[in-house]
Amino acid sequence: MTRTMTLGKAINAGLRTAMEEDPKVVLMGEDIGRLGGVFRITDGLQKDFGEDRVIDTPLAESGIVGTAIGLALRGYRPVCEIQFDGFVYPAYDQIVAQLAKMHYRSAGRLTLPVTIRLPFGGGIGAVEHHSESPEGYFVHTAGLKVVACSTPAEANVMIRQAIASDDPVIFLEPKRRYHEKGEVEPEASLDDAFPLHASRVLREGGDCTVVAYGPMVRVALDAATAAAADSGPALEVIDLRSLSPLDMEPIYASVRKTGRLVVVHEAPGTLGVGAELAARVQEECFYSLESPVLRVTGFDTPYPPARVEDHYLPDLDRVLDAVDRSLAH
Amino acid sequence: MSGGDPQLVQLLTPEGERVEHPDYHLQLSDQEYRDFYRDMELIRRVDFEATALQRQGELGIWASLLGQEAAQIGSGRALKPQDMAFPTYREHGVAWCRGIDPINILCTWRGNDQGAWDPKVHRCQLYTIVIGAQTLHATGYAMGIVKDGKVGGDDPAKNEATIVYFGDGATSQGDVNEAFIWSSVFAAPLVFFCQNNQYAISEPLERQTRVPLYQRANGFGFPGVRVDGNDVLATYAVTTAALDRARSGDGPSFIEAYTYRMGAHTTNDDPTKYRIASEVESWKLKDPVARMKSFLIRQQLADNDYFDSVRADADALAAKLRSEVLALTDPAPLSMFDHVFPNGSAELDAQRAGFARYLDSFADAPAGGSR
Repeated sequence: MTRTMTLGKAINAGLRTAMEEDPKVVLMGEDIGRLGGVFRITDGLQKDFGEDRVIDTPLAESGIVGTAIGLALRGYRPVCEIQFDGFVYPAYDQIVAQLAKMHYRSAGRLTLPVTIRLPFGGGIGAVEHHSESPEGYFVHTAGLKVVACSTPAEANVMIRQAIASDDPVIFLEPKRRYHEKGEVEPEASLDDAFPLHASRVLREGGDCTVVAYGPMVRVALDAATAAAADSGPALEVIDLRSLSPLDMEPIYASVRKTGRLVVVHEAPGTLGVGAELAARVQEECFYSLESPVLRVTGFDTPYPPARVEDHYLPDLDRVLDAVDRSLAH
Repeated sequence: MSGGDPQLVQLLTPEGERVEHPDYHLQLSDQEYRDFYRDMELIRRVDFEATALQRQGELGIWASLLGQEAAQIGSGRALKPQDMAFPTYREHGVAWCRGIDPINILCTWRGNDQGAWDPKVHRCQLYTIVIGAQTLHATGYAMGIVKDGKVGGDDPAKNEATIVYFGDGATSQGDVNEAFIWSSVFAAPLVFFCQNNQYAISEPLERQTRVPLYQRANGFGFPGVRVDGNDVLATYAVTTAALDRARSGDGPSFIEAYTYRMGAHTTNDDPTKYRIASEVESWKLKDPVARMKSFLIRQQLADNDYFDSVRADADALAAKLRSEVLALTDPAPLSMFDHVFPNGSAELDAQRAGFARYLDSFADAPAGGSR
């Protein structure tokens, strides 16, 4: 049955479905029990599933991920909540040096179906360490899969897919979109769902391809709408969805059609996802390109104080400016 | 510190004399006593052979267990089949007790693989290089035992425990302290087994702690005990008690096996740069293998024929290991693409295919690999 709900509630519903379907799914994190998490994403789950399955942990991120690895070795499917993006760094060693590599170094004998939920990105006026986009660190690590949801419907299905996956998955939640509403079908079967690691064309257009993920998908779509409203260029908008692995074919197809690519993300540009997309597109679509691949990203600064974050974050105007520069070639 | 130290649980003096301890009582058969000796003699021989192989360029590096045989064999033999061990990278004796063929360990140090045994079959996880990281894995695993209802049941054969190994240096790591907190809070059936071998590469114990390590456990809410780590009977007795406690549902405990690393940290370092000869000499007098041998002789549990037969077994094991190492071939180049993800990856398949084409472009392509 389809219901209207926020992106935050959609994740909650997805967690609930996953826990109902598989008794081995356990949630772990700080304040996720009675409080329901600082964003209330796990609201009500401890009441319904008990303290054994929705575990309020001690306040230590390395411990959350490290013990999740142990639980996975025991046959459980832990879903860790890291409270904020900027708090993931204490768990960094356990994620990149342990979680990501154990399947590989055991020659496939060990499988670690751990999902790490990470509210990421800015735009909520928070203090430092609460608005970062650390996805580049994880995308660079072999053995991890990294996905970002952008709408309630996608969030609901993708969290269930991530939990059901035997891979360790970094699940990025666009926290500034937690309260945006959409249609969700929480009981739908995953069998017919759009694949977790596929990118998706959200809007077709022949003049310029715009790729975004997570919180920036909304911005890219708004830019396309604004451009079209002025009888301007028709933008083709692609939601990347999976940052690792990358599903490049829809992007290659789009660039071969439009000849232009603008990549949008909040994370700093240097060595970011946009850099990788630019490199791959020039390798594969060199003769189709009409202009250089452009990136619209956060700057190579620490995430700034909230009163200037509107200037740091890519917005509709910066995306349209990049489109203009692309079309000027 | 040995003999008469009230802080140190000891059942066998450095001279091989059996002593009693009010808290730990041990009654073993003659055969069990002999088996402890045999285990230590054999794993020491494996260690010598591996060191020699490294010196001859057959292993990239080796972490010797010399001096720590009693701590490892005593604790390793205390495990029941259903228990799970989480080692560091020096637990060759523990791996031996878990039935892992030493060639599998040497393969890792040679660079053929990164852990060639099945942790589920041997109930011993892969070696962990990053100091202390495995203590959290063991804690999570032990939490899973609780969830599975495998503690405190009426049938002792169905209760499970976990043991995790680490060194004195690891106690400085955040992860280890987080594991202490986690295991205590969740009453995890876990034994923290710290082999205090006095040095973290070159740094002495004083650089890691200002209090005796076993006393730390108290601050985390579970018992800690210091055992003579060169006394295989005492480590066995103390570990057995701690594992029983874990299986019965009483939560974690901490064992500090007070011992000494007789050799280098690994074949890469030179211990003469950071410790004095007299210290090493004083620990030689506490040698765990010689101690057990003295005990067997004193108690007339073994004669020269027995010791000769153990030595012959050790020589045969070392010769077999040597020939197996020399017969190893390198993995095929394309194998590096295997097992990154359980269900593979189109990106990696493309990279593998590209590299395969590149390799094939050579006339004498190393398809199957060579040494």
